[in-house]
Amino acid sequence: MSLLKSFSRRDKVFDFLVPAESPVDVRHGPILYLEDVSVSFDGFRAIDALNLTIDDGELRCIIGPNGAGKTTMMDIITGKTRPDSGKVWFGARHNLLTMNEPEIASLGIGRKFQKPTVFEALTVFENLELAMSADKRILPTLTAGMTPAIRERIGEVLETTGLTGLIHRPAGILSHGQKQWLEIGMLLMQRPRLLLVDEPVAGMTEQEMERTAELLTSLAGKQSVVVVEHDMGFVRSIARKVTVLHQGSVLAEGSMDQISSDPKVVEVYLGADVDEEVVRC
Amino acid sequence: MQWLGRPFTERSTLIFLGVLFSALVLVTVLHVAVPQGHPLYVSAYTVNLLGKYLAYALLAVAVDLVWGYLGILSLGHGAFFALGGYAMGMYLMRQIGDRGVYGHPVLPDFMVFLNWDSLPWYWQGFDMAWFAFLMVLLAPGLLALVFGFLAFRSRVTGVYLSIITQALTFALMLAFFRNEMGFGGNTGLTDFRDMLGFDLRSSDTRLGLFIATGVALALGYVLCRAIVTSKLGRVCVATRDAEARTRFLGYRVERFQLFVFVVSAMLAGLAGALYVPQVGIINPSEFAPLFSIEIVLWVALGGRATLYGAVIGALLVNYAKTVFTGVMPDAWLFALGGLFVLVTVFLPKGVAGVLAYRIRRRRRDGDLSGGKEAMA
Repeated sequence: MSLLKSFSRRDKVFDFLVPAESPVDVRHGPILYLEDVSVSFDGFRAIDALNLTIDDGELRCIIGPNGAGKTTMMDIITGKTRPDSGKVWFGARHNLLTMNEPEIASLGIGRKFQKPTVFEALTVFENLELAMSADKRILPTLTAGMTPAIRERIGEVLETTGLTGLIHRPAGILSHGQKQWLEIGMLLMQRPRLLLVDEPVAGMTEQEMERTAELLTSLAGKQSVVVVEHDMGFVRSIARKVTVLHQGSVLAEGSMDQISSDPKVVEVYLGADVDEEVVRC
Repeated sequence: MQWLGRPFTERSTLIFLGVLFSALVLVTVLHVAVPQGHPLYVSAYTVNLLGKYLAYALLAVAVDLVWGYLGILSLGHGAFFALGGYAMGMYLMRQIGDRGVYGHPVLPDFMVFLNWDSLPWYWQGFDMAWFAFLMVLLAPGLLALVFGFLAFRSRVTGVYLSIITQALTFALMLAFFRNEMGFGGNTGLTDFRDMLGFDLRSSDTRLGLFIATGVALALGYVLCRAIVTSKLGRVCVATRDAEARTRFLGYRVERFQLFVFVVSAMLAGLAGALYVPQVGIINPSEFAPLFSIEIVLWVALGGRATLYGAVIGALLVNYAKTVFTGVMPDAWLFALGGLFVLVTVFLPKGVAGVLAYRIRRRRRDGDLSGGKEAMA
């Protein structure tokens, strides 16, 4: 009988019958796959034939001079910008170019913006509550109540991000670093498969940076994490694999040591004269 | 249903309901039990005026719901108020029956005057109270649904949305001014006789309408409070402060905006429907952009994003308006403008902000003195 029932399960028969909200298929390794993606704004090619593959559970750093297309790349992955051409796949099953922002978010891609954006009028607890993966349609949201399971989950994330003592404070009074952690906490509440983190340590003190590095490395493995960062010291402290973007496409890829000894990379940074820190590295 | 009960666990809601119901009882007692001529006697005129203020207060609550919590500054809520009013006006017109000036059994006077020989299709059914009362909610709700769907889907927000809501109410005003629309042109609908069998001119009916408006205000307040204290309310506040972030959390922001906008429009319609039988007329001037801006002023004065602030603002400004237009009619607009400037500069959180500050301070002082006593 149960065998018969198993035949009626659509998701077990043909891959193309699988409903869109099904889990991500990472059997083939990569969780994110960009192929030949291009986009231009008013004739300026912000992204030019970009190819990028992120493996499941990987922690990847992306560096590049200003205007290399790092933020545009994140916009494309999260559905904010549509590329002119190319393919963007999440796992082997989900074509991100056919989805809008909330769909992509509920699929398990979380994004942290460059400038910390938390809901300043709401408390730390409420910020995390809103971020939690749940039924996000109108009526379920209206009637949603607080359960011990939710409290426990929020408690866990508070602990991970070190914000337990600030649980009922409005997010608006947090320090810059605390806001960054709260925002990472909000991403964790979504139980994402892939975290996109844009310049997490901008404006942080040395100690805050160390804490952030610990936090991000502890996340990798459970989630895939993509970090865009300018601060080379920070990148060196967390990265296992680094991708260098330049003029909208990949210039080099490899370990930090490989990258910093790559003549092309050195030349780009020297020629563009943008990031002195890279030269130092 | 847990979400509907949540407001009753809040102190501010209980205080609000307590004050409102005591006021209703007090006015009723002073009107009914105190003999005329006694200094404490509340006249039928005053009861009527207070009923009008309460309808305005409900309208202000509706505006505060979208402006205070969702960040949508609607400068066209007068349109929903007027539509609700017209739906009620159509019912009251049909109730006149053959007692009109021309004595036509079905057609309202202005249609006879225009030589129309039958009722337009959209006037059908308004002789039935249940249908008309349903339309009081559905007509503004439907307009808000279509308008909001188009606006929010295209992500029109901020000042652009304010401008098109203003255009919406202005366009409706021009349309309703036309005799061909079939809503009485610039005279509007008036000369009402009775409602649900009660004579609208009797003071008992007026008292009844006053109490009904008070109850509607209480219900509307509790509903809005239930919405803003739910998780949905927090999504609204999140949308107000960081719309893009909310979208990336997986909320379909435009649907939440639409939902709250429609609820607000329905409440505004209900306020209009309670207003019309009390003032005895509905005409296109209710669609005037200036009126919609005035509503926003009430809310700003009372204090945004508190709901009770909107009620305080509506009552204060309209009381001041009654006094001022009686004493110095020409000075009223200057007084209103001056008041608005003063409030924005000195009380950015409105009257409610001052109240909340005082209460917080008193509570803190109380805690301190309590601590001293404990130490002693």
